[in-house]
Amino acid sequence: MTSSSLLRSFIYLYLVLFFAYLFLPLVFMMAAAFNDSRFPTMLPWQGFTLRWFQELFADQLMGRAVWNSILIGLGVVALSVPIGLAGALVLYNLQSRARTLIYGIMVSPILTPGVIIGISTLIFWRQYFGVGGGLMLAVVAQTTFIAAFAMLLILARLQRFDRTLEEAALDLGASHTWTFWRITVPFLRPALLAAALMAFLQSFENYNTTLFVIGTETTMTLNIASRVRLGLTPAVNAIAVILIALTILGAIIYELMRRAEVRRRALAAEAAA
Amino acid sequence: MGQSVELDNVTMRFGDFVAVRNVSLKIGAGEFFSFLGPSGCGKTTILRLISGFMEPTEGAVRIGSKDMRGIGPNRRPTALIFQNLALFPLMKVWENIAFGLEARGVGKAQRRRRAEELLDLIALPGYADKAVSELSGGQRQRVAIARALAVEPAVLLLDEPLSALDLKLRQHMRSELRAIQRKTGVTFIYITHDQGEALTMSDRIGVMSQGEVLQIGQPADIYDAPQNAFVATFVGESNLFPGTISRIEGKEALIETAVGPMRGRNLHALPVGTPAIALVRPERMRVLDAGEAADNMLESAPQRFDFEGAFINVLLDGAGERETILHLTNDGRTQARLQAATLLRVGFDTDATMILPQGQTAHG
Amino acid sequence: MAELFRRTGPLIAWMALLTTLLWVAFMIVLPQVMMVDFSFRPSLPPSKIGGPEDVYTLKNYATLWANTIHRGIFFKTIWSSMLVTVLALAVCYPIAYHLAQVARGQAAALLIVALIVPFWVNEILRTFAWFLILSRNGIFNSALVGLGLIDRPIQFIDGNIGVMIGMVYAYILFMVFPLYNAMESLDRHQIEAARDLGASTWRIHWRVVIPHAKPGIAVGCIMTFMLSAGTIAVPRLLGGPRSRWFTEVIYSWFFDGGDWNQGAAYAFALLILCIVFILVMMRLFRVSLQDIAK
Repeated sequence: MTSSSLLRSFIYLYLVLFFAYLFLPLVFMMAAAFNDSRFPTMLPWQGFTLRWFQELFADQLMGRAVWNSILIGLGVVALSVPIGLAGALVLYNLQSRARTLIYGIMVSPILTPGVIIGISTLIFWRQYFGVGGGLMLAVVAQTTFIAAFAMLLILARLQRFDRTLEEAALDLGASHTWTFWRITVPFLRPALLAAALMAFLQSFENYNTTLFVIGTETTMTLNIASRVRLGLTPAVNAIAVILIALTILGAIIYELMRRAEVRRRALAAEAAA
Repeated sequence: MGQSVELDNVTMRFGDFVAVRNVSLKIGAGEFFSFLGPSGCGKTTILRLISGFMEPTEGAVRIGSKDMRGIGPNRRPTALIFQNLALFPLMKVWENIAFGLEARGVGKAQRRRRAEELLDLIALPGYADKAVSELSGGQRQRVAIARALAVEPAVLLLDEPLSALDLKLRQHMRSELRAIQRKTGVTFIYITHDQGEALTMSDRIGVMSQGEVLQIGQPADIYDAPQNAFVATFVGESNLFPGTISRIEGKEALIETAVGPMRGRNLHALPVGTPAIALVRPERMRVLDAGEAADNMLESAPQRFDFEGAFINVLLDGAGERETILHLTNDGRTQARLQAATLLRVGFDTDATMILPQGQTAHG
Repeated sequence: MAELFRRTGPLIAWMALLTTLLWVAFMIVLPQVMMVDFSFRPSLPPSKIGGPEDVYTLKNYATLWANTIHRGIFFKTIWSSMLVTVLALAVCYPIAYHLAQVARGQAAALLIVALIVPFWVNEILRTFAWFLILSRNGIFNSALVGLGLIDRPIQFIDGNIGVMIGMVYAYILFMVFPLYNAMESLDRHQIEAARDLGASTWRIHWRVVIPHAKPGIAVGCIMTFMLSAGTIAVPRLLGGPRSRWFTEVIYSWFFDGGDWNQGAAYAFALLILCIVFILVMMRLFRVSLQDIAK
C-alpha cells in the first residue's frame, strides 16, 4: 500500500466517522420516540409504540407552548423583515466615512451573546416602559438580532441590483414610491422570502435570549428544555421526530423548487439563443 | 409631437472636476440631434441633465421653452433609452412597454392595446407575452424603444443604445431608428462615440471634447468644414501637414509645410505668420499620372497597400505629421498600377485642403 | 444620506431612516447603554431609586472579583470555550478541506446537504440528543457496560466533559461553513503546483491552504467561541451543579438572587470578554467586520 492510498483510506474513514458523529445522535433520539420504554432511550429495545406521540398531543402545556412559539415567530417576521429591508436600504445608499461605524453597530447584535441581548432588553423595557417579561418582550428581544440577519440577506441581494432599472422606471414617469414597489421590491422578493423563513426558524428555536424575557410564559423550545431538566419522558423525542421530519420535508421542497427554477432558466436561455 | 430642447450656458461640476463647461445650444422640435465625442467628453452628463437625473451646477435646461429646474426625471416630457437598455427582467414584453402607462394609471385593457400597437410599429407582433430573457439583442433593443415611445415623449434620449449589437444589426437599426423618428416626429437626442452612427442618422451633430461643444452643424459641414483640428481628426480620417501661413489670397491662403507649400481654404481667415495646419481627407487625394498637375502636390515612396475591396488604402512615408493615407477607388487596375511605381506623385486641390489653427487633435 | 433621498424619494427614504433609527436606538444601543448604566448602580428597593444612595459604584464588579467561585467559573468559561473552539477547528478542518478541494460534483453536493440538514435542527434538540447518549442509562453507558469495560454507569452529565462534547457538537457547523467558504475559493492548481514542487502534505497545508483560509478560520473561531461562552442552553441541559457556566451564574442573579444590577455587571463582563476575543482574532488574522458578518 502506497502512502497516498493509505492517506486516502484515512480520509474516508474520517469522513464516515464524522458523519456518524453528526447523524447517529439524531437517529438514536428519533428511534427512542418509538421505543416502548419508560426512559427516552433506544436500548434496550422494548417494542414499537406510538404512545409517546399520543401523550405529546394530549399535553395542554406543550400545545400552548407551540402556539406561543408560532405567535412570537410571526411577530418576529413582521418586525425583522421590514427592519432588515430598511437597514439594507440605508446601508446600500450610504457612502460616507461613517459607513463602517454604522455597519458595525447594525451587525453587532449578531456578534453579541444571546443572553446579553435578552438581559439588556429586559432591563431597558422594564425600567423605561414598565414592560415585564412576556410574549411581547420576546418578540422585541429576538428581533434585535434576527433583523440584523435579515438585513444581511437583503443587502446581499440589493448589491446585485441594476440601478438603471430604477432610473428607467422614474424616467418613464413613475414616482419614487411606485418604482420601489413595482421594481425594487419584486427584485428583492426572493431575499425577502428567505429572510422571513430564516426569521421564523431562528425565532422558533431560540433559547438563550428568550429564557430571559419570556416571563411566566413558555415557548416550545423552552418547554423542551425544561422537560429535559425535570421529568423526562420520551414525549420530547416524539417532538424531535416531528420537527426533524418537517425539516427534511422543507429541505426536499426547497431542493425541488430550486431544481425547477434552474430548469426554467435553462429553457429561457435556450429560447433566447 | 417633438419639443425643442435648449441648453443655456450649462455647466456641471463634480467637486473640482468640470464635466460640462458653458454649453449653449438649441435643438429644434422634431430634430435628430447627436452628441458625438470620445468617452469621458461629457456627453452622458448632458443626457442626464436633460432627462433630469442631474441638475446643472450653473445655467438652465429648457424643454419646449419651459425651464426644467426642480422637475424630476419622472415629470419631464423625456424618455431615455439606456445603454444597457434596462428592460425590467421580471415583466413580460408587453408589461415592459406599458410600464409608463401603468405609472400614469391607464387601465389594463388600454395598456395592453397600446403595447400591441407599439409591437406592430417595431415589427415584433405576437411577442407581447414573451419574457425579456427570451429575446435576442436586436429584439430587446426594439422593445426598449417601444417602451420609451409608449409614454409619447416629446424628446427621446438615446445613450449609445446600439453599442452592444453586432455590425450588421447595428447598421440595420440605424435606418430603423431614423424611420421611427420620421414617423413619430419626436425630437431624438442621440449620444455616441461612433462617428458613422452620428453622420448617417443625424440632422445635426454636436462634437464634444473635455466638456465643451466644439462644433455644431449638419453632418456634411462637420466633415467638410471642421472648426478645428480636433473635430477634423475625430470625425473621419485626415492627413495633417503643420506649417505657417505665408500668404493670403481672398478666401484662400498659402501654407509652408515640411513637404512644400500648399494652397487651401482659409476657413478661419487666419492672418499671415500664424502657425496652422493643412488638412486633407484621404479620399480627396489622388495619384497623378506622368505630366499631370494639381493645385497641391507631394512626392513619396509608398510604404504599404491595404486592399479593402471597394477602396485601396495607400500609406505613404513620412510626408505629413503622421503617415499619409490615400483612399483610392478600385477600378480594377488600380492595384497593378500602384505596385509598379516606386515613387508616387500625389495631388489634391485647393478645395480639398482646409487650413485650420493648430491645436489638440483627437489622436492626442 | 442625500443619495438615499435622491434614489428612493423622500417617502421611502424617511421610512427607511426612521425604521432603522428606531431599531438601532431602541433595540441595539439604548438597551446596552442601560445595561451598562445598571451595572454601575447598587441594587435598591424602588423607594430609594433616585435617592441619595443611588450613585455610581464599582461594587458589582468588585463582587465578581472577590467571589472566588464566580471568578473561577468566569475563567473556566473562557478556558473551556477556547478548548471547544480548538476542538471544533481540529474536527472541521479535514472535512472542510475535503469538501472544498477534494470532493467533486454530485458527491460534494450531497455531502454539503448532509452538513446542512442537522444545521436546521433545533439547538436544544441537538443538545438533547447528546444528553440521551451521555446520561446514566444512555447508549454510551449501556454500550460500555455491555462490552464489560465498566461495571457501573459513569456520570457524564454534571461534568465539564459532557458540556464540552455537547458544545462541539452543537456549534460544529458554525465552524465548518466559514472554513469551507474560505477554502473553496482556493484554486486547486495552487495545491497541485505546490505538490509538483515537492512540498509535503503538511507543508502544503501550512504554506498554501491555511494562509488562504485565514479569514474563514477567524470567522469560524469567533462564532464558535462566542456561541460557547454565551450559551446557556447547553450547560443547562448537559451540565449540573458542579459544572456551572458563567451564563448560569448571570441567570441566577436575575431570577434566583433577584439582584439585576449585579447580573448586569456580570453580563457586561461577558460582553467585554467576547468583544476582546473578536478584536484579538480580527487583529491576529487581519480580517475586517465585513468578512465576519456574511
